[in-house]
This record gives sequence, C-alpha cells and structure tokens, in this order.
Amino acid sequence: MGEGLTKAAARNIFYGGSIFFFLVFAGLVAHSHYYALTSSSDEAGLTDSVKRGKAVWERNACIDCHTILGEGAYFAPELGNVWVRYGGKDDPEGAREALKAWIQSMPTGIEGRRQMPHFNLTDQELDDLASFLEWTSKINTQGWPPNQAG
Amino acid sequence: MRYPTQGIAYTYFVGTLALFLAQVLFGVLAGLVYVWPNFLAVLVPFNILRMIHINALIVWLLLGFFGATYYLIPEEAERDIHSPRLAYLQFWIWIVAVAVCVVGYLFRIHEGREFLEQPVYVKVALTVSVLIFLYNISLTVLRGRRTAVTSVLLLGLWGAAVFFLFAFYDPANLVVDKIYWWWVVHLWVEGVWELIMAAVLAYLLVKVTGVDREVVEKWLYVVVSLSLFSGLLGTGHHYLWIGTPGYWKWLGDVFGTLEVLPFFAMVLWAFYLVYQGGRDHPNKAALLWSLGCPVMAFFGAGVWGFMHNLHVVNYYTHGTQVTAAHGHLAFYGAYVTVNLAIITYAMPSLRGLTPFNQALNMWSFWILSSAVAFMTFTLTFAGVVQTHMQRVVGGYGYMDVQDQLGFFYWMREGAGIVVLIGAVLFVYSVLGPVREQLTAADVARQPGLEPAG
Repeated sequence: MGEGLTKAAARNIFYGGSIFFFLVFAGLVAHSHYYALTSSSDEAGLTDSVKRGKAVWERNACIDCHTILGEGAYFAPELGNVWVRYGGKDDPEGAREALKAWIQSMPTGIEGRRQMPHFNLTDQELDDLASFLEWTSKINTQGWPPNQAG
Repeated sequence: MRYPTQGIAYTYFVGTLALFLAQVLFGVLAGLVYVWPNFLAVLVPFNILRMIHINALIVWLLLGFFGATYYLIPEEAERDIHSPRLAYLQFWIWIVAVAVCVVGYLFRIHEGREFLEQPVYVKVALTVSVLIFLYNISLTVLRGRRTAVTSVLLLGLWGAAVFFLFAFYDPANLVVDKIYWWWVVHLWVEGVWELIMAAVLAYLLVKVTGVDREVVEKWLYVVVSLSLFSGLLGTGHHYLWIGTPGYWKWLGDVFGTLEVLPFFAMVLWAFYLVYQGGRDHPNKAALLWSLGCPVMAFFGAGVWGFMHNLHVVNYYTHGTQVTAAHGHLAFYGAYVTVNLAIITYAMPSLRGLTPFNQALNMWSFWILSSAVAFMTFTLTFAGVVQTHMQRVVGGYGYMDVQDQLGFFYWMREGAGIVVLIGAVLFVYSVLGPVREQLTAADVARQPGLEPAG
C-alpha cells in the first residue's frame, strides 16, 4: 500500500501542509475577529453594564445548563434569543422586568420539573445580566435560531 | 519494562483510572437529574454536576496521555526519562489542582466559560504542571533517538499546551470570546489531540503487530496530515451561528466533511497492519482495544460528526441532543479507548507480570463500547425528535419538547449505569488481583516479540 510514498516525503507533506493550513486558518480568523468588531456585533454598545452582565453570566456558570448561540449544556433553554422571546424588541422595559422576575422566582420546586437554582443576584446584577442578554440578542447570527423557541 | 523510569506511568495510570471512575459517576448523577429533575437540585445543581463530569473527563484523558508518554518515550528514545523527580512533582501538582478544583466546584467556586470553568489559579497550576512535563519529555527525546512517534506525540502535546493559553483570554465581546474559545476546544479535540492519539496508536501497532516501523510511521504521517489539513479549517463548522462571516459555512461543510477521513484512514491502517503482521501478540486485550479505538472513533467522531456537520443540517440541529450524542461517542471512541488501550498494554509489564485477566478486560471493552453506543443512539433519537418539534415543525417551547423526551432519557440513564459497571470491570481487571495469567511459556511461544515490553 502506497509504495511510491516514502516516510520522509510523508513527513514533509505533513509539516508543510500543516503550516500552510494553519496560516490560512489564522488569516481567516483575523478577518473574522475584525468582522465581529465592525459588523456582526455592536462593539460600541458594549457598555459597562453589558460587560458586568457577561461576568454575572460566567460567575454563575449559566452555560452549564443553558446554551447561548447554541453552545452550552442543552439542559435548559437557549438564551441567545431570550430577549426576543420575551418581547424585548417591542417592549425592552417589559422584557427586562419579566426576565428579572423569572430569575428571582426560581426555583419553582415543582415536582418533576427541571429546577433552576436561586442565585441571590442583586438588582444591579440582574439588570446587568439583562443588558448582556439584550446585547447578545442583537448579534448577526446568520439567521439562527430558526424560530423563537431557540 | 526495559527502562526503569517507564514505571512512572504506573502512578499516572492509577490517577487516570480514579478520575475516569469519578467522571462516569458524575455522568450517571447528571443523567439522573434528566429523569428525576428534583434530585440534588438544591444541594448540587445540574450545572455543577455537569461541570465536574466534563472537567473530570478532560483531566483524566490528559493524565492518561502523560502516563502513555512516560511509558513509551523511554523505549522510543532509548533512554530513561530525564528526571523522574520532576515527573512525580508534575503528577502531584496536577492531582492537587484537580482536587482543589472539584471541591471548589461543590462550593460554587468556579468561572463560567464552558469546559474552562477552573478558577484562574487552577488554570495556572495545570499549566505549570504541563510545562514541567514538556520540559522533562522534550529533553529526554532531544537527547535520545528521535522517531516519528515521538515527533508527532511531542507536536501534539506542545500544541495542546499552546492552544490552552487561549483559556486565559476572555474578551468582553461574546463573539470574539467564542472565536478564540474554539481555539482551545476545537483545536484540541479535532486537532492536536488527534496527533497524540495517532502517535500512541502507532506505538501500539508497532508493538502488537510486529510490522516494520518504517511502514507504520509513514502511515502515521499520512493520518496526522489528514487530521490537520481537514481539522484546522474544519473549525468552520463551529463558526456558523456565533457572529462569524458567512464564508465559514462552505469552509465548514467541505473541511468538516473531510474530518471523517483521518478516522477512516486509522481504521484501514490498524486493520491492515494487524493483517500484515499476522502475529499473535500475547496481550489480546490490548490488541482488541487498539482495533476498537479507530473503529469507535470513526463512528463517534467521524460518522456522528458528519451527521450534523453540513450547515443546512446544523442550522436545525445546533445545540440539541444530537450534539450531546456525538460528543459522547466521539470522546469515547477517540480518546477514552486509546487511553484504555495503552493502559491495557502497559499494565502487565508495569506490574511485572505476563498478560493477565484478559477475558475480564475484553468483557469490559464490549460492555463499555455497547453501552456508550446505546447511549449515543438514545440521545440521537432524542435529538432528532427535539430538532423536528422545536426547530422544523416549530410552535413548541423548549421545555414542552423536553417533556416528550423522558423515555429516551431513561434509556440513556440505563446505558450510563452499564457504562459505570463496564468502567469498574475495566479498573478491576487491570488493577485488581490477578486471577488468570498467561505463563511465561505461553508468552514465549508467540514468535518474534519481546514479552509485553
């Protein structure tokens, strides 16, 4: 099998090809980074509240139950578009209050329902988290998810 | 064991197997929450169980890679490990960091990017541990014989360390965050980890088939070429819906599809060499794992990956139980089996024995492999129903759909319990008392092979 190919040739193809593909990949990632900052996300809209909200999101490991833009734990609903699901496009204040009320009323304790823990968030943290989810909902995701259910 | 310092691997493998059991146990607990949602809901919520389940997986696979490296490098480089003391220091830094991390998780001390939840001091400790490791083995290899196995293995290990540095970069812009998060996650498991896997497999194939090293190593380069040529741009299949440009759709389609090839090549490679070798290695269990590894990887990483790779499919399946199904079989096939293969191969010589408990070990292969496969099937069915109701037909909320999937989650939990039984059997077969053992005469009758060395 493959008598024409020597080990040295295979090795050179491996190293040369890997460097080539890595450089192409790195170049495209650099462009994607630029695209994220200038086109697909609202870099200018990254307020202190959004930044703190992302920290709240991470500090409480929300992603180990939920998904955000489809990445996460698949145990609880997608939150990349939760702002839209709560009607935030038309009524931002209403969505914000509804999200905060939902988070604060957890856990439901209902038998046989998945339970979201109570995270003891301050009003500021809740607001920041809502700002982060609002900011995230405006990312240009090439039309994903297919519908509001996420 | 031809070199005394290969014995370092024993300590590593014991740690590896302990964490393996912990990983599976926490998986069973997390799976139980799917069917009994109130179970542990206040004490240890699902996110913590899941964090421990997956973090334990990552750290035990890496610990196994370290052990495998300590075992095979002296034989490949034809000299002892540079510093056994550093090797044990590295081990204990790793173990203490992992223990601190897990206990911390139980008390809600963690960060919050998926798979990278370790507090920053734990990340630093793990990095220090890896740097000690890389120093130790790189020096050993540089001063000894260099083979394709050691070159590819070292490149894979160094690559894993370099890409892990992106774990320290957490930008405020979620899109940028996700772009580089994948540099750790994808470039590990669909990139440099495949190098480690292929190198360990190459070493095993040289040993168990007795085929000429030149042939094995040439094909090693072919396999890892396929891995990186497809895998680097294959990252495109993760850059679809996270705020990245549209050209990744077709790059992900083409190169993601090509990611099946290295695994298919590994299947051909392993079976061809075993056929060519035509020899009966006394360690039959190690041979079974060495053949099972590429087959399960081909189905888990290759076929199940391709299933939702194309962006027109992924648009509907992204972030559903289909992903979970693929994740389980891919990690089992590619990385769990290669670790259990080298452990099965090395353990007799590490314990100063001829191959032992082979029947039990081979039972554990079949039990683990069928249970993980069954779990994958049930999650696939759950994912297809979920995708169809939630995304294709639409009109159902996330939780309404989940309520329809209980039957599949029960079957998954059953499969998970069988995985736990299989894991316990494996650990018992390699670390437990020796119940049946080949005699030295049995081993000597196998032509042309050193005893299990």
